[in-house]
Amino acid sequence: MNTKYKTSPHQYWNPYFGGFLLGIIIIFTFYLTGRGLGASGAIKSSVVTVVENVAPKHAESNSYYSQFITDDKSPMNTWLVYEALGILIGAFISGSISGRIKWRVQHSPKITAKRRLIFALIGGILFGLGAQIARGCTSGAALSGMAVLSTGGFLTMLSIFGSAYAFAYFFRKNWI
Amino acid sequence: MGPLIPGGYIPLEWDSIIAIFIGIAFGFVLEASGFSSSRKLAGVFYGYDFAVLKVFFTAAAVSVIGIYYMDYLGYLDISKLYVHPTYLWGAIIGGIIMGAGFVTGGFCPGTSLCAVAIGKLDAWIYVFGIMVGVFIFSELFNLFEPIYDGYNFGNITLIDSFGWNPYWVIFIFTIIAVLAFGIADLVRKKIKSVFY
Repeated sequence: MNTKYKTSPHQYWNPYFGGFLLGIIIIFTFYLTGRGLGASGAIKSSVVTVVENVAPKHAESNSYYSQFITDDKSPMNTWLVYEALGILIGAFISGSISGRIKWRVQHSPKITAKRRLIFALIGGILFGLGAQIARGCTSGAALSGMAVLSTGGFLTMLSIFGSAYAFAYFFRKNWI
Repeated sequence: MGPLIPGGYIPLEWDSIIAIFIGIAFGFVLEASGFSSSRKLAGVFYGYDFAVLKVFFTAAAVSVIGIYYMDYLGYLDISKLYVHPTYLWGAIIGGIIMGAGFVTGGFCPGTSLCAVAIGKLDAWIYVFGIMVGVFIFSELFNLFEPIYDGYNFGNITLIDSFGWNPYWVIFIFTIIAVLAFGIADLVRKKIKSVFY
């Protein structure tokens, strides 16, 4: 029984332990760099890079993309992109140790994989849009913001969780 | 003396290397806490798994206590840290849209990157969705600009906004977090188990 418990791919860390370590990482990040963590910024940089390569004139004339384009530096050469690269490596190491690496679509038994993928796409689009409007996501705005008691960080956190609870009823079939 | 890089104690060239190592630690902790599973993350909205609440609020409490304590001891100067700016309606409207995305997609950007790393195809699609979302925002930037650039209150903290004592804010925030953990465990016992 004990061995089965240890090798189960769904055996995760105690959440308080994970949260404590995450808190230490945030302190360390602020201590070293003066800024917090982030995730959506790296994905934004990728979009800017793609658009810049496909349609350079359009990227320069657009007042949003152009903010992230400079002559001497690629939008991919930013702190958040390197940090996101690290997230991928770190998660891969953790997944490897626990035997969780596998190509698959995770979904509730009540729905099909296709439905899960459609809703994942919709969710991603909404999160990407919202993260730009709020200038950061759960990591950059809410978590790192709260660590320095940013008013905007608390507002973003309350809005994300409040709205997710408000909408949860309509999407319950996807999860329970 | 901190923060070290802006203070010039560590050369700027180390910035990117430090970024990768911090990212590795961040990704490892998120994945090991189960944040690569959308069904585990979504559990917080249906009461069958409160991992998000516990990890998120423990991290927030530990980091805010640690940062203020280091400031108190003189190791870190809080006034030199970057404070996420408050664009009132941007934070609220953006947050509401992100919440809707969270409950439909089951991830946020950081957790989706963790799930991408271990081969969840739904996360690959989700990240592609984020890129589409960013693209839509950029193409319609003129439409969103009034809330994106408007209602700017600057890089303010709760201390600036309400004139509260930071130590009391942190103390009360920690009490609220501990109470929330207790309530979460009570709710969890009343909700039917979901296996995933």
